[in-house]
Amino acid sequence: MTGQERFDAVIDADEKIEPTDWMPDGYRKTLIRQIAQHAHSEVIGMQPEGNWITRAPSLKRKAILMAKVQDEAGHGLYLYSAAETLGTSRDELVDLLHTGRQKYSSIFNYPTLNWADIGAIGWLVDGAAITNQVALTRTSFGPYSRAMVRICKEESFHQRQGYELLLTLCRGSEEQRAMAQDAVNRWWWPSLMMFGPSDNDSPHTAQSMAWKVKRVTNDDLRQQFVDMTVPQCEFLGLTVPDPDLEWNEERGHYDFGAIDWAEFWNVVKGNGPMNRERMAHKNRAWDEGEWVRQAATAHAAKQAARRLEQKSA
Amino acid sequence: MSYDVPQIPGEEELEVAASDTRQWPMWEVFVRQRRGLSHVHAGSLHAPDAESALQNARDVYTRRAEGVSIWVVPSSAITATDPDDVDAMFDPFDEQPYRHATYYEIPDEVGKM
Repeated sequence: MTGQERFDAVIDADEKIEPTDWMPDGYRKTLIRQIAQHAHSEVIGMQPEGNWITRAPSLKRKAILMAKVQDEAGHGLYLYSAAETLGTSRDELVDLLHTGRQKYSSIFNYPTLNWADIGAIGWLVDGAAITNQVALTRTSFGPYSRAMVRICKEESFHQRQGYELLLTLCRGSEEQRAMAQDAVNRWWWPSLMMFGPSDNDSPHTAQSMAWKVKRVTNDDLRQQFVDMTVPQCEFLGLTVPDPDLEWNEERGHYDFGAIDWAEFWNVVKGNGPMNRERMAHKNRAWDEGEWVRQAATAHAAKQAARRLEQKSA
Repeated sequence: MSYDVPQIPGEEELEVAASDTRQWPMWEVFVRQRRGLSHVHAGSLHAPDAESALQNARDVYTRRAEGVSIWVVPSSAITATDPDDVDAMFDPFDEQPYRHATYYEIPDEVGKM
C-alpha cells in the first residue's frame, strides 16, 4: 500500500490519522493553519475577559473569571501542542501570531463594554464554540480530536457560568436587565459570524469535509446554534436582536435574518473595533515576559550545573 | 472557543517551518487519575527543566482533580514503533486467535468460566 492508499483507507474507515502517518501535504498545511489559528484564538480570547477580572462585582465572580481565563490559556497550550505534532514549533507559531501573519477568531475584536458582556461571552461565544468543537471532536487528526475532547469538557463550565451570570442579572433590577439585553444585542450577530462564511462562500469546505478535518458545514453548525440558543434567550426574558427570527414549522428550524458579511470580512481583515489593541497587548505581554523566560532558562541551567557538581564531589 | 478563521481572498499560503533554535525542550506528561490506576499520557508541554515541567503540567492538565500523580518525560527520550512497520510488527498476532479466551467453546452446562 502506498502512503496515499493507507491514508485514504484510514479516512474511509473513520479512524484517526496520527502525526507519524503519511499524509497529503495539503492535509498537513490545512491542519497546521486551522489548529494554530484555533490556538491563537484561545490565547487572544483571554483579553476581553481578563479586562473584567479586577472589576467583577464579587470575590466569587473574580475567582470564576480567573479560572475561566486560565482555562483559555490551557486550551491554547493543548492546541499548540497538537499543531506541533505536525512538524512545526511553538516559537514559529507564536511568531506568526505576533507578526499578524496568522489570524485569530474575529469575535475577540469586539470590546467588552459592560459586566453583562462577560455573561454574553460565556453563553453565546463559548456556546458557539462548543457547537463547533463538539463537531470537531470527530475530526480525522488524532491530536486535534483529543484536544477537542478535553476542551469541550471545560467549555461546558464556561457556557453555564455565562448563562447563570445573565440569569442573575435578568432576575435583578430594571437596569441590570437592560445591561443584559444590551450585551445580547451586541454579541448576537458576531456570535453567528463565528461559524464563518456561508457554505456557498467557503471554497475550502468541500476538501476539509472530504478529509474529515471538518465534519459539519458552517451553515449547519450555525443553524444548530440558533435552534439551541433562542429558547434559552426566551427563558432569560431577553429578545434576540433579529426581526426576521421566526420558527419554521416545516423545516423544524428557526429562520433568521441575513448576516452582515461586509462587517465580518472587515473585522477578519483587521479593521474591527479592537484588532489593533488586541495585537498590541499580546506583543507587549510577550515582550514584558521576556525576563521571566530568561530567568527560568537561567535557573534551569544553574540547577543542572549544581547537580553535576554534587555528582562529581 | 472556536475558530476556523476563513481564508481571506488573496491570503498568502504560509510555509510553516520548524525553527527549534530558541525554544525549551518538549516534555510528555503522564497523569495518574487515582491510586490504583496507571499513569496515562495526557499531553505535552515545553519547559526549561523537569521541575518546571511538573509545575506546568499541574496547571495545564490537573486543574479539575484529574490526577494524584504526574510523570514528565523528555519527549526526546521516547522510542516509538515505526508506523511503516505496523504490518510486520503487529499483524502476526491477528492470526493467532487461540490466544483469546473466546476462542474456546465451553458447554453451557459447565457454568461460568
